[in-house]
Amino acid sequence: MALASKSVKKGFDLKTLFNRPTQPYVHPYLGGMILGIVLFLALFLTGNGLGSSGATSRLVTFVQDQIDPAHVDRTPYLLKMAGGDKNPLDDWLVPVFFGALLGGFTSGLIGGRVKLETTKGPQVSDRTRWLLAFIGGVLFLYGARMARGCTSGQALTGGAVLSAGSWTVMLSIFAGAYALAYFVRKLWN
Amino acid sequence: MNFPLLAFQNVSAQNPWTYLVFGLIGFAFGFVLELSGFGNSRKLAAQFYFKDLTVLKVMFTAVITAMTLLFLSVSLGILDYNQVWVNPTYLWPGILGGLIMGVGFIIGGFCPTTSLASASTGKIDGMFFMLGGFVGAFLFGETERFFTYWHNNVSYYGRVTLMDVFGLPMGVIVLLVVLMALFMFWGAEQLERIVGKKDMSHEPRWRLYGAGAVVVLALTVLILGAPSTQEKYQRVTILRTVPELQADGTVKDVQVKYSAEEALQKRLVQISPAELFKARYDQKLKLTMIDVRPEAQYNLFHVRGALNLPADTLQQHIPELLATAAPNAVYVVMSNDETLATEAWRLLVAEGVPNVYLLEGGLNAWIAFFGENDPQIQPALGAPAGYLNFTFPAALGDRYQAADPDPIEYEHLEFEPKIQLQIKRDKSGGGCG
Repeated sequence: MALASKSVKKGFDLKTLFNRPTQPYVHPYLGGMILGIVLFLALFLTGNGLGSSGATSRLVTFVQDQIDPAHVDRTPYLLKMAGGDKNPLDDWLVPVFFGALLGGFTSGLIGGRVKLETTKGPQVSDRTRWLLAFIGGVLFLYGARMARGCTSGQALTGGAVLSAGSWTVMLSIFAGAYALAYFVRKLWN
Repeated sequence: MNFPLLAFQNVSAQNPWTYLVFGLIGFAFGFVLELSGFGNSRKLAAQFYFKDLTVLKVMFTAVITAMTLLFLSVSLGILDYNQVWVNPTYLWPGILGGLIMGVGFIIGGFCPTTSLASASTGKIDGMFFMLGGFVGAFLFGETERFFTYWHNNVSYYGRVTLMDVFGLPMGVIVLLVVLMALFMFWGAEQLERIVGKKDMSHEPRWRLYGAGAVVVLALTVLILGAPSTQEKYQRVTILRTVPELQADGTVKDVQVKYSAEEALQKRLVQISPAELFKARYDQKLKLTMIDVRPEAQYNLFHVRGALNLPADTLQQHIPELLATAAPNAVYVVMSNDETLATEAWRLLVAEGVPNVYLLEGGLNAWIAFFGENDPQIQPALGAPAGYLNFTFPAALGDRYQAADPDPIEYEHLEFEPKIQLQIKRDKSGGGCG
């Protein structure tokens, strides 16, 4: 209790924390440069780059392994991550995943951008946007696991280390999005 | 050649502090994505209507920044490119998966990591994307078995870099990628001005200096070039745990660092035929025997299970060896005597293949040890150096008794064990945390 009252005195209550004036985003080239340095440090120190879709897969597998370990042991794809006494969470991607959640939140907090809201084009309802975001998420992760990495693991990391396969994946992502963009233009414009 | 740090190759609960480091990397990653505006799906989707090309600018700036710094470190010899994870190429799964991701991107408005930045800042659509992501990952895990062969085997090319594809040196590719990205930035700014009707006259001047700096760095990489095998070999160090007599009379294991040439001279990496024989049955090791002699000699006689990678073609197999290297992988190179195998050992070690050993005395020593009771193999007197000192009735390869000695007959062998896996299992966690 003493602690709580102390922090209120300092003006550190939740309201002021979440209602900070909204700051503009950083310049894209500057953001890219910082991101590039983070990526370089990750590669330089650990030999691994950045990624997140692998962690999504591992978290799902972890839950599956709790419910039906025998099924996991029979499924070759899951077996690799969680077969036998292997813990699917024992991988560098998992701390990166949770770190990214926390990092995004912190940046939003500082910039006054933490708000419960829906980001969407002007012509769609919130519900439509939620449904499409969900479907988009299903498709994206399905594709990401097929391609063995998403925009972070393949396009960014693989792009920087000059992997031929990653450059193909990167171009395919842009190709897929641009090919469909015209047909779904009402969603965003 | 000290980076990347060995300690991070084995991230697990045994080294909790590695989780912290990766957590910090993730934190910085999420932070900068949110700061760049990637928590907002509209800003991301605008990329595909040529109005706001933030996605392209951030992504390619990050790629060229990381790439030039990375390859600069490689040219300076402080980073071993072979130890850096290069995404292996699975061509068609990559293309199809990429197209599906593109569709998911334009419909869902996010990619996986940006949805994290979005959901964590209270965007409901970001949360729905994340939720969908878990379902998508689940569906893939459950359906992969229907096309597992296509997914894992068809159009698999291993570790392929753009240098391999275009047959150009590292520095040239780095410079070309930088120039391509800068051209794309120029194009993106034109599009934003024309399609997005943005006022681009107030764009900061420092972006031009930044572009200049990246070009200068790329040129430096081009001039310095990739280190030669010889240069890489000079920088290799090999760690060995050796018992050392302490002042108080006790014996304590200490770690000693040797240069590659020292390790050869002190015969720390030449394993006896007996040790190789035992290693073939050791479940804890993932042993790969590499016979580096010409194919004809290999066909005459070889140890059962040995791969034939002739010395003059060995270089082209290195990416494969690196891509498949497990933490407990052990490679043993062998030739008739030690000459050819030593050369192969130097090459593999220089290129960063882990845990490489060579067969002491070569196959001559192996046959002398295991072939004494093999009636088909007879000693040949006066064979020239570099050849087998034995005659064979036919090119039976591994169908001689001595090619696969009886494990029961040779169950008890005495030898000085030399194989030590070079994995860091530092429980104290000091050093680089």
